[in-house]
Amino acid sequence: MKNLELYVHIPFCFKKCAYCDFLSFSCDEKTQLAYADALIREIECYGPQMKDYFVTTIFVGGGTPTWLNEDKMVEILDTIYTYFNVSADAEITMECNPGTVTAAKLEKYRRAGVNRLSIGLQSADDEELQILGRIHTFDKFLKTYEMARNAGFANINVDLISGIPYQTAEKFLHTLQKVVRLKPNHISSYSLIIEKGTPFYEAYKFDVVKQEAGMQTEVLPTEDEVYRITKLTQQYLANAGYEQYEISNFAQPGFECEHNIGYWTRENYLGLGLGAASLIENVRYSNTSDLDAYLEGELRVEEVPVSRKAQMEEFMFLGLRMQRGVTRQQFQAEFGVPIEGIYRDALEHLKAEELLEMSAGRIALTEKGQDLSNYALAQFLL
Amino acid sequence: MSVNQDKIRNFCIIAHIDHGKSTLADRIIEKTGTLTEREMQAQVLDNMDLERERGITIKSQAVRIIYKAKDGEEYIFNLIDTPGHVDFNYEVSRSLAACDGAILVVDAAQGVEAQTLANVYLALDHDLDVFPVINKVDLPSARPDEVAQEIEDVIGIEAMDAPRISAKTGLNIEDVLEEIVAKIPAPKGDASAPLQALIFDALYDQYKGVMVFCRIKEGTIKVGDPIKMMATGASAQVVEVGYFGAGQFIPCDELSAGMVGYFTASIKNVADTRVGDTVTNSSRPCAEALPGYKKVNPMVYCGIYPADSARYPDLRDALEKLQINDASLHFEPETSLALGFGFRCGFLGLLHLEIIQERLEREFDLDLVTTAPGVIYKVYKTNGEMIDLTNPSNLPDPSEIDYMEEPYVSAEIMVTKDYVGSIMTLCQERRGIYIGMEYIEETRALLKYELPLNEIIYDFFDALKSRSRGYASFDYELKGYQRSELVKLDILINHEMMDALSFIVFKDNAYERGRRMCERLKEEIPRHLFEIPIQAAVGGKIIARETVKAMRKDVLAKCYGGDISRKRKLLEKQKEGKKRMRQVGNVEIPQEAFMSVLKLDED
Repeated sequence: MKNLELYVHIPFCFKKCAYCDFLSFSCDEKTQLAYADALIREIECYGPQMKDYFVTTIFVGGGTPTWLNEDKMVEILDTIYTYFNVSADAEITMECNPGTVTAAKLEKYRRAGVNRLSIGLQSADDEELQILGRIHTFDKFLKTYEMARNAGFANINVDLISGIPYQTAEKFLHTLQKVVRLKPNHISSYSLIIEKGTPFYEAYKFDVVKQEAGMQTEVLPTEDEVYRITKLTQQYLANAGYEQYEISNFAQPGFECEHNIGYWTRENYLGLGLGAASLIENVRYSNTSDLDAYLEGELRVEEVPVSRKAQMEEFMFLGLRMQRGVTRQQFQAEFGVPIEGIYRDALEHLKAEELLEMSAGRIALTEKGQDLSNYALAQFLL
Repeated sequence: MSVNQDKIRNFCIIAHIDHGKSTLADRIIEKTGTLTEREMQAQVLDNMDLERERGITIKSQAVRIIYKAKDGEEYIFNLIDTPGHVDFNYEVSRSLAACDGAILVVDAAQGVEAQTLANVYLALDHDLDVFPVINKVDLPSARPDEVAQEIEDVIGIEAMDAPRISAKTGLNIEDVLEEIVAKIPAPKGDASAPLQALIFDALYDQYKGVMVFCRIKEGTIKVGDPIKMMATGASAQVVEVGYFGAGQFIPCDELSAGMVGYFTASIKNVADTRVGDTVTNSSRPCAEALPGYKKVNPMVYCGIYPADSARYPDLRDALEKLQINDASLHFEPETSLALGFGFRCGFLGLLHLEIIQERLEREFDLDLVTTAPGVIYKVYKTNGEMIDLTNPSNLPDPSEIDYMEEPYVSAEIMVTKDYVGSIMTLCQERRGIYIGMEYIEETRALLKYELPLNEIIYDFFDALKSRSRGYASFDYELKGYQRSELVKLDILINHEMMDALSFIVFKDNAYERGRRMCERLKEEIPRHLFEIPIQAAVGGKIIARETVKAMRKDVLAKCYGGDISRKRKLLEKQKEGKKRMRQVGNVEIPQEAFMSVLKLDED
């Protein structure tokens, strides 16, 4: 049987953050419940079609999944267990925002099989949290974290964002120190991207250009400061026993996120819910992003086969995000040609620039290559 | 076909740019019924898309029109449209030489402009009978009587009875047609004399080969005649003769003295057909060539390179094809360390350069890298040798140079009184030598300056317009060479000299130009994985420096989970940026950077 990952999207938030451009919005409880019912119908629809697959990971993301009524959430998970072949030791992650859970809620999730919690902290500095438009304080997070441990969650991730307006490397170090003290099993540290269509874009769009050009900025940290933050993060987390296994992800040994690794190794995944994306046997599907249409039963609106060329590109630019990189053998097995046959120029050129290293059949970005990953990965577009 | 010479009128229309020359031509063609209104595409004589877009005539065009006059007789009008820009002065003069008279169009609101004067003098030099028409009388700001007075005062030709017309609305066009009959003289010439025909343009047709546009001064030309070009010495046999319908070529049996038309012959090499040359019958040649032929020399040079070096042969083919229709385009192969194989091309002026560049890109789908245009300097070496320098990289070592000369032009600028001061300042900034000033009328003055050509080829016209709020008009002609203190400014990028960026500059301006050039390049060159110094040097001495900082960290390295398409877009954008780059050594330089010198005065 083939492996499959499930992603379940819950698009509601109490309030949308100022930097967020994911598909999420605020809405009343009635709509939330109607959405959950539509989601359950979708699970009932696709489950039987995926009988030949073995579900190895489930990731419930958002939005804020923990804002949905917990009994409804349990019903969703139970429906999945009924209609899909879910492995007994599957990694089942739930995203959770501080201040949206109680001990009782967490207990129900755990009983329903959730074994990994991903808490969106973003920063341990209350001023920064305010700038980001988060609804919680660091204190609220501490309470949530404590409840999660007490509820028996043994695999907890904390999400952080670096490059926040006015941030310095020292400020970010404070956040890291406060978080590491709690010994979470996994830390994701993303650098802030100012996306079009967000309040942040309107506020900082000129600064973004300056930042990208390496010029002096007004509010955002300069490129040099972002570089310092990155180096400090790598150093500090390494000393604290976290291994960087991907550009933005750090874990205690054995706590790497299986679900995310699946994305980078191009496992089959099925996205359930509004706007969710799927990749199944090299066909990419997208669900409708129109809530009304989704509630009325509309599901996939796009179906695009991934060309062989695009498959190779993705194999490289996703695989190289991971510290362990890709292997010649995998490439040969997947595409039937040696990697040099396709990418000789890019490999040599990146090697000469010390952005890439090759040893024992393994190809990976160097530290410098990770710092300049967009530049490096763009070379693999054919 | 026999035509009575008395019933032929060969004429052109001359005007300052935008005074309505092409519109009047259209209207004349329309009124005489050569084309129905429906067939009439606006401005039929301006053939090329480019000409229509820019609103200027680049190539000479001709059309034959039948007009039934009020005296009951049918007349044949040959209207020859002349190029409308100072770059093409020689072409204008040859077109004028093919005519017997000219209509002078003057804008009823703007009155006489610098180019009006220049064109009238050119026409009078060719013994043309000139009669004025006052156009755009429908404009609220029209002042036809004043303008008529101005024409009489400034130009000295009779204008009180000039037709007051609106070429746009068609008002009083009949008066113009009658004036053509009455005021333009019929051609003279003996149809049985030895052939003497003036080439005023040539066109390459894919099927017919070179089509030579000519005015028969003496004799007759017909199919099968053996012919000879008197200046180039080329000979051929006539395959077809014909005249110009509106937008088409109509073959006929022969063309005789006084007529305007075309012929095709088995002409192998287009360079054999030069505008201004005289065609005669080689078995019965005329005694002497028509006066006025000269080989036109380019005034402005630049390097043109294919962005994709594999397309060098395509660029060569394209230049050869353009040269067929444009004998004033010069090119020869050159190589540059930075840009590889390309051509050093010579043009009549900056407009001509721009037109060729645009045609190469549009009609031949070429992506080009163009180096900054420059003029031809005369370099006198200590060993007594003199070289014409068209490429700054070829400047000899300063120790071998005795002195240098640069071309100067005599410029006439017509401007309203209020802006005289600011225009004089501009001319001074451009190293102009004040010659004199005369008041044309109370409110307008004609300023005369001598200016280095180098100072006016880039943006002088724009500066003139902006400092006079559009009221200044400008005309110039090459005056000659003058000794000047000139140096070569070199640019080093990452310690490597970029030959394609070198330029010649007036010594006192070198420091300022070098500094600005470095600043400009710093903005143009993207960051690399290493630091890139940009330096300006004169004679090996560094006079300015900027640094492009190394790139250290992607600030956009986020992952989007399952939504791969967004990550892909980000990477594609990253890759896209590399496309218009030129790799020189380790450094990738955007193609626009090679034109940076043109933008030094922008801010």
